[in-house]
Amino acid sequence: MVGRFLLIVLTLGLCTFVVRPEMFEAVFQPFTQNDAPAIYTQTSLLRLTLSHLALVACAVLASTIIAVALGILVTREFGREFLPLARTIASVGQTIPPVAVLALSVPMMGFGAAPTLLALFLYGLLPIFENTVTGLTNLPPNVIEAARGVGLIRRQRLWSVELPLAFPMILAGIRLSTVISLATATIGSTIAAPTLGEVIIAGLLTSNSAYVLQGGLVVGLIAIIIYEVFSSLEHSAARRLGFQMDA
Amino acid sequence: MHSDTTSLPRRRITLSPPGVVFAVIGLAALFVPIVTFKPNRIVPGDGVWITTAYDGVAGWLIVAILALLFLTGALKSLPPAVRIVAALAGLLGTIVILGHVATSLIADSARGARVSPAAGLWCMLAAYLLAAVDVLNRLELSLRARWMVLAGTVIVVVLVFASGYLANVSVMMEYAGRQAGFNAAFRQHLVLAFGSLGIALVIGFPIGVLLFQVNGLRRPVLGALNLMQTVPSLALFGIMIPIFGWIAMNVPMAAKLGVAGIGIFPALVALLFYSLLPVVSNTLVGLTGVAPEVGEAARGMGMTNAQVLARVQIPLALPVVLTAIRIVLVQNIGLAVIAGLIGGGGFGTFVFQGLNQSAMDLILLGTLPTIALALVAGTTLDLLVDALNTSPRKRSAS
Repeated sequence: MVGRFLLIVLTLGLCTFVVRPEMFEAVFQPFTQNDAPAIYTQTSLLRLTLSHLALVACAVLASTIIAVALGILVTREFGREFLPLARTIASVGQTIPPVAVLALSVPMMGFGAAPTLLALFLYGLLPIFENTVTGLTNLPPNVIEAARGVGLIRRQRLWSVELPLAFPMILAGIRLSTVISLATATIGSTIAAPTLGEVIIAGLLTSNSAYVLQGGLVVGLIAIIIYEVFSSLEHSAARRLGFQMDA
Repeated sequence: MHSDTTSLPRRRITLSPPGVVFAVIGLAALFVPIVTFKPNRIVPGDGVWITTAYDGVAGWLIVAILALLFLTGALKSLPPAVRIVAALAGLLGTIVILGHVATSLIADSARGARVSPAAGLWCMLAAYLLAAVDVLNRLELSLRARWMVLAGTVIVVVLVFASGYLANVSVMMEYAGRQAGFNAAFRQHLVLAFGSLGIALVIGFPIGVLLFQVNGLRRPVLGALNLMQTVPSLALFGIMIPIFGWIAMNVPMAAKLGVAGIGIFPALVALLFYSLLPVVSNTLVGLTGVAPEVGEAARGMGMTNAQVLARVQIPLALPVVLTAIRIVLVQNIGLAVIAGLIGGGGFGTFVFQGLNQSAMDLILLGTLPTIALALVAGTTLDLLVDALNTSPRKRSAS
């Protein structure tokens, strides 16, 4: 969608900005009033970016492991009883706003990075779980039949046929979780998690549009880059399997 | 449901695995504090167990009844109706206990004391609810029955809150202190969620129709909207403020038209941006999904291209557009919370105020209605989509 070249340019631009924001001071100067500083310096942008990404990465990794494991469990023979209910929970759960999950994890965990991590993890489970289940239940029956025909036992079928076939779908779930987590982590800075939201909130509190813009720009660019990278991963994974994927 | 048990002897007891999980959760929850008692709003409080709230035999009798209801829900060999009634009785019983315990604790203590639901209560409610949902799920109810379940649930919940029976529970005390503010926030939240949806439909639907007709525009327009969707909400909401503040100051007529950098306007526009992608892309998907033969048949009857579009293709695309409305509405009800952070009103005001003061009751006052609103909107539209999807299919047998 954006094109590989543009993606590389965006990534380089983002890295430069995060490492040396003062180089861009002139760009943000027009957005400040009353000689307010144009570049957020209370915490280094690089450190905020890294902790933002680390938070999201930890949460998504944990959600992926648990959600894929649960997805496999409910699609096995012995877990079938749980399938309809698990489906309902996943779809109803996604109706609940991520912000609400974030707000509700504060009383359990206090303030800071911990409740944000918990909320990101919990909410991140749902899209990955739903996609894992969809991927594992919509397999072409003839392929499964063939796998059984060549004498693969259950575990072999799962690892060498079912999971690889469901992989693009699972990847799409992980992408969805990651994008939601990036956004929710931003809001996490309202409960003192060290994320890029801090820059935006500082801008909102001091009516400094330059802060709001640079915070928003960095988060937005990260989200777009991650989205694009995942999309191309999904496409190549699907192509390797010989699927045609839309959009 | 029962098909797998019919071969077994009639009186044999079988367990439902999910039911057992919920029963275990529920039974464990019976031995965790059901409410927290705080001498005032801010200090951490002390846990109150069912057995400490009700002295002696009474407490253990209540625990035994609740446990029995949990076990009933887990017995697969019982008729589904019995299991649902048991789970619902458990739900109502838990609520009754909450109201009763709150009222008696508050009556015995100084002004300003608070009784808030604790982990045990939430787990019991969740376990009964999930047990009921699991049984309902397996019944494969008709559309009509599902409408009735939704309506019944909403009515019961409204009645419970309107009755004032829970007035001594901390969240409701918080509500009593801010009734006017709550009503205003509710209104603003609805305006944000439905207003942005309405504008998105007015703008997005024609764009979708345009994209259907002009193939070359699809990639750039959908790409741009997709990017917009990716930008995190706080960033987009934040960026709206300086942009509209600047427009209001520098474009002569703008301020008179209600454009402003603060208040509800920037929030509404940010939500609109998030709403456009689902509306535009689903309109397009709906229109391209109409079989070409249908359009040709209409043309063969002498309709012009515009007539084919207006009378045949658009009506057939509507179910897919309705799916977009579902996505947008649920998404916007959640995202509208962020508006509270930029002074746009809505339930988010309570959420962020509560987070600032670390006042749990205030956070709940903001989040619970938001979640309820999202669930009701999501379920209602799911049912509408199902209704639209089943009825025309029967008629045209496609």
